[in-house]
Amino acid sequence: MVVFDKPHALADVPLHYCPGCTHGIVHRLVAEVLDELGIEGKAIGVAPVGCSVMAYDYFNCDMIEAAHGRAPAVATGVKRADPDEHIVFTYQGDGDLASIGMAETVHAAARNENITIIFINNAIYGMTGGQMAPTSLPNQVTQTSPYGRDVKACGFPIRVCELLSELDGPEYLERVTVNNVKNIRNAKKAIKKAFQNQIDKKGFSLIEVLSSCPTNWGMTPQKALEWIDEKMIPYYPLGVYKDRSAKEEK
Amino acid sequence: MAKLVFKTDFCKGCGLCVDACPKKLIRLSPDKINMKGHHPAEITDQEACVGCAFCAQMCPDCVIKVER
Ligand SMILES: Cc1ncc(C[n+]2csc(CCOP(=O)(O)OP(=O)(O)O)c2C)c(N)n1
Ligand code: SF4
Ligand code: SF4
Ligand code: SF4
Ligand SMILES: [Mg+2]
Repeated sequence: MVVFDKPHALADVPLHYCPGCTHGIVHRLVAEVLDELGIEGKAIGVAPVGCSVMAYDYFNCDMIEAAHGRAPAVATGVKRADPDEHIVFTYQGDGDLASIGMAETVHAAARNENITIIFINNAIYGMTGGQMAPTSLPNQVTQTSPYGRDVKACGFPIRVCELLSELDGPEYLERVTVNNVKNIRNAKKAIKKAFQNQIDKKGFSLIEVLSSCPTNWGMTPQKALEWIDEKMIPYYPLGVYKDRSAKEEK
Repeated sequence: MAKLVFKTDFCKGCGLCVDACPKKLIRLSPDKINMKGHHPAEITDQEACVGCAFCAQMCPDCVIKVER
């Protein structure tokens, strides 16, 4: 009996990600959820600009490539064109979603668009070589903050789940990570809920995943997983930031 | 008995599976090199494997298939 194998919704091709980059784990979790909910045939994914730009080659469902940061706007159009037939998700990095695409993110949440967003927070612009992102931590050394992020000059990191939780719009907001097996299981549960919410027509669900970038953090893949525990989680606490239906049921 | 099947040429030698195995059964091959130029992961003692799939869960590249 097979107890673990690549999910069907994930294409059988090598991923271009760096060794040990957890983008690959999150891809697999999304594909497992598409399999388990039986929605590969009706899912439409929207890929970002960033390291995951080639996500359109990795998922076996239909995929669209959006301009940098515009994935939630593209997803809005696709979902509204055929709201009953398709399950629409975006997969976006922190530069894409929280910097150039912040307007699209906030307004899609405020409108409670019935879409699912998978948000990869790796505290850096990975694809372009490790520049500071809106999510880079105070004092974090990046290519554009070689002495560490100086919050006096560059401002403070943006906590996306907390920020969006102040809006009345969104249905579901949760922050998870994938730096060990237990956290991977929790992340999968959250991602599944975010897709189930869309099937149930509940509205905007965003899962923020604290993810590693060993290459641009300048660490081994193992050390990068520890860095998530030591540095990222204290600034970006894991948990559910909004679950409107659960609150209304109470 | 559990059995692991490695898609060896997809392996990037990151070692996340090595650390994930509670029984320390996986290593990066000291002598083999795969198509990508990495030392691929391999299991040292298949008999001792309990099929928990922790290694496979941690692998970002879906290299490991687990049968039980
Ligand atoms: C309009 C536009 N501006 C800037 C860029 C350059 N650019 C490409 S990817 C990227 C940021 C990627 O970072 P992130 O979204 O965090 O994804 P990651 O690579 O870290 O997964 C930027 C600024 C671009 N491609 N298009
Ligand atoms: S640059 Fe960073 S985020 Fe991009 S593939 Fe490499 S490790 Fe992953
Ligand atoms: S299935 Fe479990 S015991 Fe077997 S090699 Fe993988 S982690 Fe180790
Ligand atoms: S986690 Fe996957 S890619 Fe990394 S060494 Fe193990 S089998 Fe290879
Ligand atoms: Mg990033």
